[in-house]
Amino acid sequence: MSTVTDAKRKAPAGERVADWADGRLGIYSLAKANMRKIFPDHWSFMLGEIALYSFIIIILTGVYLTLFFHPSMNEVVYHGSYVPMQGIRMTEAYASTLEISFDVRGGLLIRQIHHWAALIFLAAMFVHMMRVFFTGAFRKPREINWLFGFLLFVLGMFTGFTGYSLPDDLLSGTGVRFTQGAILATPVVGTYISFFLFGGEFPGHDMVARFYSIHILLLPGIMLGLVVAHLILVFYHKHTQFAGPGRTNKNVVGMPLLPVYMAKAGGFFFLVFGVIAAIAGLFTINPVWALGPYRPDQVSTGAQPDWYMGFAEGLIRVMPGWEINLWGHTLALGVFIPLTLFGLVLVALAVYPFIESWVTGDKREHHILDRPRNAPTRTALGVAWITGYVIMLLGGGNDIFATHFHLSINSITWFVRISYFVGPVLAFVITRRICLGLQRRDKDKVLHGRESGIIKRLPHGEFVEVHEPLSQQQLHTLTAHEQYAPAEIGPSVDENGVERKVTRGQKLRAKLSKGYYGEGNQIPKPTADEYKEITSGHGHH
Amino acid sequence: MSSQEIPEKNLPSEQDTAHGAVAVAEDPFADPGLPPHKPRVQDIDERAAKRSERTVALLFTLSMLSTIGFIASFVAFPVEKIVYVWPLGHVSALNLSLGVTLGLALFCIGAGAVHWARTLMSDVEVADDRHPIEADPVVKAKVMSDFAAGAEESAIGRRKLIRTTMFGALAMVPLSGVVLLRDLGPLPEEKLRHTLWGKGKQLINMNTNEPLRPEDVAVGSLTFAKPEGLEEDNHEFNNEIAKAALMIVRLQPQDIKDKRELDWSHQGIVAFSKICTHVGCPISLYEQQTHHVLCPCHQSTFDLSDGARVIFGPAGHALPQLRIGVNDEGFLEALGDFEEPVGPSFWERG
Repeated sequence: MSTVTDAKRKAPAGERVADWADGRLGIYSLAKANMRKIFPDHWSFMLGEIALYSFIIIILTGVYLTLFFHPSMNEVVYHGSYVPMQGIRMTEAYASTLEISFDVRGGLLIRQIHHWAALIFLAAMFVHMMRVFFTGAFRKPREINWLFGFLLFVLGMFTGFTGYSLPDDLLSGTGVRFTQGAILATPVVGTYISFFLFGGEFPGHDMVARFYSIHILLLPGIMLGLVVAHLILVFYHKHTQFAGPGRTNKNVVGMPLLPVYMAKAGGFFFLVFGVIAAIAGLFTINPVWALGPYRPDQVSTGAQPDWYMGFAEGLIRVMPGWEINLWGHTLALGVFIPLTLFGLVLVALAVYPFIESWVTGDKREHHILDRPRNAPTRTALGVAWITGYVIMLLGGGNDIFATHFHLSINSITWFVRISYFVGPVLAFVITRRICLGLQRRDKDKVLHGRESGIIKRLPHGEFVEVHEPLSQQQLHTLTAHEQYAPAEIGPSVDENGVERKVTRGQKLRAKLSKGYYGEGNQIPKPTADEYKEITSGHGHH
Repeated sequence: MSSQEIPEKNLPSEQDTAHGAVAVAEDPFADPGLPPHKPRVQDIDERAAKRSERTVALLFTLSMLSTIGFIASFVAFPVEKIVYVWPLGHVSALNLSLGVTLGLALFCIGAGAVHWARTLMSDVEVADDRHPIEADPVVKAKVMSDFAAGAEESAIGRRKLIRTTMFGALAMVPLSGVVLLRDLGPLPEEKLRHTLWGKGKQLINMNTNEPLRPEDVAVGSLTFAKPEGLEEDNHEFNNEIAKAALMIVRLQPQDIKDKRELDWSHQGIVAFSKICTHVGCPISLYEQQTHHVLCPCHQSTFDLSDGARVIFGPAGHALPQLRIGVNDEGFLEALGDFEEPVGPSFWERG
C-alpha cells in the first residue's frame, strides 16, 4: 500500500502535466510518432528554414509596428521631430511612419528588421524553390507541397508590395501608381477594378486603409495557413535525401528531431533572427524620410521596387509601347502583355511538376533526390527560367545601370529586349552540355577510378597516371540514380494491321520524352559488366 | 494520353534495398549499407567535450550580456542622437546599438545551440522506414464502401430535386457577398476624361503659386503648373493634380514641327500633361537641346517639338496637349480642358 502512494508521489511535476495534457489532447501518440523523427542532413535543406524563420520574424515585428502605425490617409501638417519635414502636408500614414522612425525608441530598428526580413524571406523562398526544383524534390508525392510553396512565394510578393506601399512616401506611392496604371490596362474591366480598389480615382482616400487590412490580415492569414500545411506535409511525407550508402527510397537516414534538430533548427532560428537584427542595426533600408510624402505630380529618379518585384518592373520597362485602338476601345498591349507575362512566368513554375510527371509517366514515389547533372533537361530548363528572370531584373534596373556604368539607357533596353529571347536558349544549351559533361566525368570516375596525380613509369618507358579505384560506397553513390528510356509512340498499326489512333498529345509526349531522355540527352550510366570488364585487368588502364 | 500506356520497361527499375553484405563480385555498385559511425574528438576525449561545454556556456553568457547591453542602450541613448561610425557614416546611435546588441543576443543563443548539437549531442545516423503515402487496397475499399453507404443513406443520388436545389442555393448565396462589394468605389463613368482645366483657367506656377505670364517662361526651362483654384489644402488635391499636372516649355515657333501643336501654343509656349501615358508617373526630366522629355520611372521619351510623340520607351501614345492663350491681364490661361484623357491608357479611352 505504501509503495503505491510512494510511486504516485514520485511522478515528477513535468510528467504529471504531460499526463494531464495527454488525457485531453492525446499528446503521447503525437510525440511517439514525431519526437524522435529522423531528418536527413544537407546544407541545402536549411534554405526553407531561413524562409520559415524570417516569416516568423516578420509576424513578430509586424505586430509591434501595428501598435504605432496609423493606417489613415487623413491629411495632417507634420510637426514631429524630423526637422526637414516640419510644416509639410502629409497623410497620417506617412506621419506615423516618421514617428516610428524618429520618435519611438527602437521603432526604426523594428521597422528595418521587418523590411530586411521581408527581403530575405522572399529571397530564401526563391532559393529554396530552386533547391527543390533542381533536385527533383517536387516529384510524387510532393507536388501539392510544391504548389503550397509556390503560393507562399506569390502571396509573399503581394504581401511585400502592399506592405511597402503603406508608408505613403513618394517612392511607394510611385509604385502604387504604376500598379494602378497596369490595372487600367486590363481589357474591359480595368477601369472598374481600379475604381473599386482605390475607392474612386487614384490615389483617393482609401488606399492605405485597404492595403493595410490586406497586408496585415488577409494575405498573412492565408500564408500562415499555407505554412502550417506545408510543414505538416513535410512531416507526413518525411524529408527527401540524397543517394548514398544505406540511403534508399524506402528509408530516411539522419538524426532525430529530439535532441539534434531541436537544437540545430531552434538554434538556427536565433541565428537568422540575430543576423537580420544586426543588419537592421547597421544598414538603412527604405529611408522613407528621404523624399517626402507621396504626391501624384512628383517623382524621384532611380525609383526601384523591392527586388522581388524587379522582374515585373523590367517587363513593363522594356516592352515596346504597342497600343490598339478599335471600335472606340483601347487595348494597351504595351502594358497588358507584361502584365500577362508576369502571370505566365510564375504559372510556369507552378505547373512544371505536372508536366514532367506527364512526360515520364512515372507514378511512383520519389524520396531520393536527383543530382542536377543527372536530370540535364530539367536542370537546363530551370537555368533558362532563371536566366530570363534575371535578365528582366536587369531590365527593371536599366536606369541604375545606365547611370552607374555610364551606358546608354536605350542600348540597355534593347539589350534586354533581345537577350530575353536569346539568353534562356543559350543558357539551356550550355547548361545541358555542362550536365552531360559532368555525367561523363562521373562515368569515367566510376569505371577508371579517381585520378591520383601520381605518374608512374612503366618498364618499357611509358608514363601513365595511376588511377585509384573508388570505394564501393562511392561507386554506389555515383550509380544510384535512375535513368528513363524515352517513351515511344509505338507502331502506327496494331497487330491486326488496323491503323492505331495516335493522339496529338501522345506524339507531343513522345517528342518531349525524347528531348528529356533520348540518345545524347543523357549519358548512359556505367553498368556492372562494363565495370568488371575494365577492372578485370586485361591490359586496360 | 494517360501514362498507363508507358511500358514498364521504360521506367527505371525500382532500386533494391541492399542492406548488409553484398558480394562485390556480383554487383560492384550494390549498396554497402550505412557506413560505420566515425567518432568525433568530443566522443573520445572528455577534455575536448569539456571545452565544447565551456564554449556553449560562454555563448549563452554573451547573449545574456548583450541583452543587458540592449536595455542599457535603450535607456542611455537619446532617440535623436546621431554619431559618426566608420564606415557606416552618420547613423542613429540608438538604432545601431540596439541592432547590434539584439543581434548578438539572438545570434549567441543560436550559435550556442548549434555548437552544442554539433559537438556534444549524438551524431549517430539512424534509418527510419518510409511507408507509402497511398493507402493499401483494403483501406481504400473500406473508404469507398463507407462513402457509398453514406451517399446511399442520404439519398442524394435518388432525390434529385433536393440535390439540384441545394446546388442552386449554395451557388447563389455567395452572390450576396459579391453584391456587397459594389460600394467599394463609384463607377468610372467619364471621370477619367475630365480634369480641372477649362476655358479661362489661369496657369498657376507650381513653385511660386502665382499666375504665369508668357515672359516668365524662359526658353530651355521646364515649368510645372496647376489650374487656378486648386490649393494644396484642398481635400481632393491629390486626385485632381494626378490628372491636371501640367508642364510648360518655350520653344522657338519655327522649331515646332507639328501643326496642331503650333496652333495650340502661345508664342512658342506649349503646355503638355505631365502625367506619362504609360502607367502614370509624373514626367520630370527635360533635355532642352533636343526638346525631349523623359519619364524617370520607365524611360518613355517624348518629343515636345513634335506633338509630344513617343520616340522611345514603353508609352503607347503622345502626351495630351493643353490649348493655351493669354487673357486680358496678360496671364497664361487654358482655352479648354484636354481634348483626350490624360495618363495611362484604359479600355474605354478609345
